[in-house]
Amino acid sequence: MGQVKLISRFFEIENSHLLPVYERHGGYSAARRVVTEKWPMEKIISTVKASNLRGLGGAGFPTGVKWGFVPRDQEGPKYLVVNADEAEPGTFKDRQVMLNAPHLLIEGIIIAALSFGAKEAFIYIRGEYFEPCLVLKQALKEAEEAGYLGHNIFGTSRSLEVTIHRGAGAYICGEETALLSSLEGFKGWPKLKPPFPALKGLFSKPTIINNVETLSYVPIVIDKGPEYFAGLGVERSGGARLFGISGHVKKPGVYELALGTPMRELIYEHAGGIRENRALKAVIPGGTSCPVLKAGEADISLDFDSLAKIGSMLGSGGVIVMDETTDLVRVLHRICRFYAHESCGQCTPCREGTGWMTRIMERIAAGEGRAKDLDNLVDIANMILGNTICPLGDAAAMPVASFITKFREEFEAKVKAKSVAVG
Amino acid sequence: MSLNGIKKVRVVIDGNEHLFPVGMTIFEAAESVGIEIPHYCYHPGLPIAGACRMCLVEIEKIPKLQISCYMTVGDGMVIRTNTERVKRARAAMLEFHLVNHPLDCPVCDQAGECGLQIYYMTHGLYISRLLENKVKKTKKAAQIGPHVMLDQERCILCSRCVRFCAEISKSHELGIFERGDYSELDIFPGKQLDNPYSGNVVDICPVGALTDRDFRFKTRVWYLEEAESVCPRCANGCNIYIHYNLKRPYKNDGRRISRLKPRYNSEVNDWWICDEGRYCFKFADNDDRLLEPLVRQDSRTARPGWEETLGRAAERLRATAAAAKVEVAVLVSPQASNEELHITKRIFNEQLPGCGFYFSALSPFEPTEDSLLRKKDKNPNTRGAELMGLSSDSAGVKSLAELKSAALAGKIGALFIAYHDPPGLPESENRGWAEAIERIPLIIYQGTNNTATSRSAHIVLPAATFAEREGTVTNSSSRVQIQRRAFSPAGEALPGWEIMRCLGEALGGVYRFENAEQVFDDMAQKYPAFAGLDYGKIGSSGIIVTSGK
Repeated sequence: MGQVKLISRFFEIENSHLLPVYERHGGYSAARRVVTEKWPMEKIISTVKASNLRGLGGAGFPTGVKWGFVPRDQEGPKYLVVNADEAEPGTFKDRQVMLNAPHLLIEGIIIAALSFGAKEAFIYIRGEYFEPCLVLKQALKEAEEAGYLGHNIFGTSRSLEVTIHRGAGAYICGEETALLSSLEGFKGWPKLKPPFPALKGLFSKPTIINNVETLSYVPIVIDKGPEYFAGLGVERSGGARLFGISGHVKKPGVYELALGTPMRELIYEHAGGIRENRALKAVIPGGTSCPVLKAGEADISLDFDSLAKIGSMLGSGGVIVMDETTDLVRVLHRICRFYAHESCGQCTPCREGTGWMTRIMERIAAGEGRAKDLDNLVDIANMILGNTICPLGDAAAMPVASFITKFREEFEAKVKAKSVAVG
Repeated sequence: MSLNGIKKVRVVIDGNEHLFPVGMTIFEAAESVGIEIPHYCYHPGLPIAGACRMCLVEIEKIPKLQISCYMTVGDGMVIRTNTERVKRARAAMLEFHLVNHPLDCPVCDQAGECGLQIYYMTHGLYISRLLENKVKKTKKAAQIGPHVMLDQERCILCSRCVRFCAEISKSHELGIFERGDYSELDIFPGKQLDNPYSGNVVDICPVGALTDRDFRFKTRVWYLEEAESVCPRCANGCNIYIHYNLKRPYKNDGRRISRLKPRYNSEVNDWWICDEGRYCFKFADNDDRLLEPLVRQDSRTARPGWEETLGRAAERLRATAAAAKVEVAVLVSPQASNEELHITKRIFNEQLPGCGFYFSALSPFEPTEDSLLRKKDKNPNTRGAELMGLSSDSAGVKSLAELKSAALAGKIGALFIAYHDPPGLPESENRGWAEAIERIPLIIYQGTNNTATSRSAHIVLPAATFAEREGTVTNSSSRVQIQRRAFSPAGEALPGWEIMRCLGEALGGVYRFENAEQVFDDMAQKYPAFAGLDYGKIGSSGIIVTSGK
């Protein structure tokens, strides 16, 4: 069994969001150690590097490596930004973390901030996450009152201010540079890279942006040791992560699994299998932007490299399961609509391409498809892919290309049915 | 490696190796060796947006295509701008730009100079596969300011205009609203695109989204011809093109000048001009142009032609010069070209020694000024007059106020007045001038349009406008620049220098100048400031003649 209880153990503890309860279960011991023992930056970074912890927002970049990019000797402010703008369709894990273990996140924030010398952190939280925001605010207040945040944390000379900023409902603001634009008070448009945020980020200062779940694993890595964490996973994918499984399963929810657990185990054991014991048709492994998998690919090991090898991604851990009754034309139409609606409109291929693909899909879904539409859709997706400012273009393109390529017969049937339907 | 202290990198573009300075973008590097890369959002005068994605190029060892407007050259970089992959990407980006662009070229004012049309011909040429409806946008043919019309559905959202208003005019009127393909260029609520430089957004708009209210539907751009010139509206001397239409004379009510456009000069105006300058050309084709020489006597107006008019002018000037107690006054204008100023001074000094020179830089225009381009002095050639000893600071040259006092005292026997219209000046400046004009027995007016002064004048000499003659002007930074002749003068009007030459000969002198260039050469020999200057070497961007004031 691949299930572990590192973060998710707090999901089962009553009132785990309250500081006394959290501390009763060993909370803040990692942060206290790092702060009071005055861990040098290099020690924090090398510990996290050794744990193989990778970014769990979707991109999977090694966390310790990212922290190491911040220039050490640069004067002036440096910022830590927490990406709590969880909005990738099918993803709902950060929400659980913030509701049940806000202090675990705060502890992670403290350690991460110390790793590169940030004295200020911002939590950019999805606007619709009203309840998590309230819980987080309460937790921040508790942590400040306990002397874990603010001036002289844990009785030392260090200080760390944490500010919550609520988003206004744009998916694009989960993209890290758009998030920074939004946080700076501008329209949520992604920025051109380089420079990367680690050198020039928020207000043009060195900035590290980490996902909620990623940061929440940091205290666990410190507590249990990097070897333990790395040992849970497979070679280059350290530890565990939260999988949010939804769709046609009997027990949808958030499950914490060691990386490398077979997807089949997640679907059939932890999530209880497919509703009414139907056959599996398709799975999206990590949020809608990840290329879809066919039922035959469900044995894949859930880790970054295995999924990359078969042309998909572990993404944000949002597993969407579709059974044999699912109309994939409608699914793809819905996915297209989402990305067209959420495209920021800044660069041409994404702005125009997402809308164009959606309107073609709309026509196909309405039974007005033409034979050439499918090739055109794949071509448009490939015209967007890799040619945009930010990854939203790729996120919109990849499902189109993968759905139509992998389930070509179903799309062709829909397109061919036109004459019957119209006639 | 380092050459002349500037670090350079070795880069291969399309198979040829070049050295480029560190920090140069691939786009600039390619441009500098004659390789054109298509682009919409890039503009050399604006911050980089990286939005249109037209300028994608292939770089060895980088898997994705990169935007050349943003990516800088690196040592050892191997760049390709013309591979099949790049060409396919360009065609794809163009296709995306056209997904929601209306096919209204036949009624679009931009047609003929539209970035979409041009790139479709050079990089597109595919067969449309678009079956879908286009997104309907809100504003069509909406006036968003005194000079600019907005058509949202034509906009390709390159954000050039937004960046112009943010970074150049710093007036922040425009923004991109909404999201995805519903994004719309618009004016911020409650604002107007009403800044002194608003017309520039029309120039930099690569499509027909922003059009010029004044120019719209007047002339198709393919009928236009262009001449290099210098804006006559203030002392900054911004470089312009005169766009004129002679091929379809029935268009635009017969007006020849269709519009003025900025002409790039990094030393003067970069890519921009102000709205005051942009729309200053109307006088050249107005109905009140002076079209033939006039001689007025006893409330009768005669049109005896140039020779007789100048003969009479010469005769009467001589008579006045010979009379006692009255002066022949010459009111020189900084509206005139260097050549005209020079020949005016020379002829009056030589033929009517003892005449009095007067100078004024007053203008009917509001003395607007800012740190970008506009100068308080609304004349193109005040500095030229100064350098020739004809301005109010020059020895022996008197002011407009002194002229008025002398006229009111009956001491002015004849006034030769060029381009000035003292009664037409703002109220604070024109007091007493109506009476002063009455008191002068002989007024010879040289100018382009009818004014209060020309109507009171006894002899009227119709002059060519800046667009109708060749000549130079010297801007406030002492830069001598050429105004090229776009077309021949209206009616019987003549270039100012030529009128002077003919008057000089009518007065008995011999002045064998055949063109403005020869007058310029004569001037260059005369004044130390212009010494050694060669008309042929002034070129498109002008030459500084002395270190500034």
